[in-house]
Amino acid sequence: MSIQVRNLTHIYEPGLPTESVALEDVSFEIDDGEMVGIIGHTGSGKSTLLQHLNGLLKPTSGQIIVGDTDITARGVSMVEIRKRVGLVFQYPEYQLFEETVALDVAFGPKNLGLTREEIDERVREALELVGLPYDEVAERSPFELSGGQKRRVAIAGVIAMHPEVLILDEPTAGLDPKAHKDVLKMIEEVHRRTGNITILVSHNMADIARLSDKVIVIDSGRLVTVGTPYEVFSQHDKLEEVGLALPPVTQFTETLRSRGMNLSETILSTDQAAEEIYRALTSEGKVRI
Amino acid sequence: MIRDITLGQYYPGGSWVHRLDARVKIIATLLFIIELFIVDNFIGFAVAAAALAAVIAVSRVPLSYIVRGLKPIILILCFTFALNMFMIDGTILWQWGFLKITREGLRKAVFMAIRLVLLLIGSSMLTLCTRPLSLTDGIERLLSPLKRIGVPAHEIAMMMTIALRFIPTLLEETDKIMKAQQARGADFETGNLLQRAKSLVPILVPLFVSAFRIAQDLAMAMEARCYRGGENRTRMHELRLVGKDYLAIAMMIGFLALMIAESVLL
Repeated sequence: MSIQVRNLTHIYEPGLPTESVALEDVSFEIDDGEMVGIIGHTGSGKSTLLQHLNGLLKPTSGQIIVGDTDITARGVSMVEIRKRVGLVFQYPEYQLFEETVALDVAFGPKNLGLTREEIDERVREALELVGLPYDEVAERSPFELSGGQKRRVAIAGVIAMHPEVLILDEPTAGLDPKAHKDVLKMIEEVHRRTGNITILVSHNMADIARLSDKVIVIDSGRLVTVGTPYEVFSQHDKLEEVGLALPPVTQFTETLRSRGMNLSETILSTDQAAEEIYRALTSEGKVRI
Repeated sequence: MIRDITLGQYYPGGSWVHRLDARVKIIATLLFIIELFIVDNFIGFAVAAAALAAVIAVSRVPLSYIVRGLKPIILILCFTFALNMFMIDGTILWQWGFLKITREGLRKAVFMAIRLVLLLIGSSMLTLCTRPLSLTDGIERLLSPLKRIGVPAHEIAMMMTIALRFIPTLLEETDKIMKAQQARGADFETGNLLQRAKSLVPILVPLFVSAFRIAQDLAMAMEARCYRGGENRTRMHELRLVGKDYLAIAMMIGFLALMIAESVLL
């Protein structure tokens, strides 16, 4: 399974004074099993791009090929696409509506027309995957859970559909640090277990640098750059131009480097930074540790 | 999809109609509506339609945009048309079983349809060419003489401002929720009436939850800024009638006279 986006352009409300170009000639590829991070400003076109990937929006021009199907072609079954590509929106807890958590998670699988046993099994599995004990939460109302728990329930609702591609639009927005960490850990775990493509939109550069195999940078509807976190975050100037920052640890090590410390370029993790700084300090003989 | 609803929406522009005082536009619209109900022949409608066409031309709002706003009421329109056509007694033109079409019925049906369409286009011109804020400002000013007899003019205007302000927000919210449920495989387009009604539950519940949340946040934000009603409130933009407003009033009176003359003479 791979995803190819070719020359994707999307214009909102063409022909009206409010017309706006949300995406312009965007092309990239995602290979099987990759964890992909998408970064860009609010209003850069990220959300529009995500909605194209599971057929909620139709491109003004261009193609999107998921696996071997062109999902932008006429007559493609939308149900089929949504079965394969699961999309978790921003603040997904606002879409919860059922009386109990189990029923809400079952909404997706039910729409896929599965049998009762299959649905039940998937609900249990999905809740377990997002780290909520089935016996404790299944019969509770989703509205009485905490913010972080609600978000997990909403994510479970998409995971229970067994999508081959899982897309999450800012899954940690508005969460406290602990819930933030837990949700990311959970996403990593789901990705590791299923081995499917996972696409993650985030404003947190440290998360993106740490988690993704590939980073896509978008600014005002255009593709700025695609590459490994190292390739992307070593282009400081380009990122700065579109108003994006480096991960904090990279900012820190780059500052040290510019002050003359002998570090390797574009360090993306704290562990690596600690090691490099230790090496630099000891090798210069200034410090003995 | 859901953004296509243009009824009650503002169409940004800087035309002569857009820049008129909101009070003048509100009164003109009210007069236009009253006139539509006075008119009892097709010539009258032709005059009203011509006047409306002139306003649309000056406002530079594309006709296609206005017509799109009629879409949601097509059903109501067809319903009234059918009801009038079949239910009114008179000279029978066509009959099949208990269904019959009469000359009077047909005339009445066409009449009502034209009236409804003109009514809707006329009143949507008001909202299309007036910023919601100026609109409620205008209403507040027009209602303020009634304050003396205890009409809460400011509160009414504020309620309207808030309601208008949140139409696009709630539409956006609905759009978002619909998309989120569609992403979970929800289907709103097929099935019989009962199934479709049921499929609205996943939209309505989150929408109500959102609406209450938004209302609460707004109330809190207003209170935090010491809002306590209209007493002694001053405004940044005072409404003032200028030359073009007087010209519009003159044209309005001319139109009114024409309509009255027409219905008296014919």
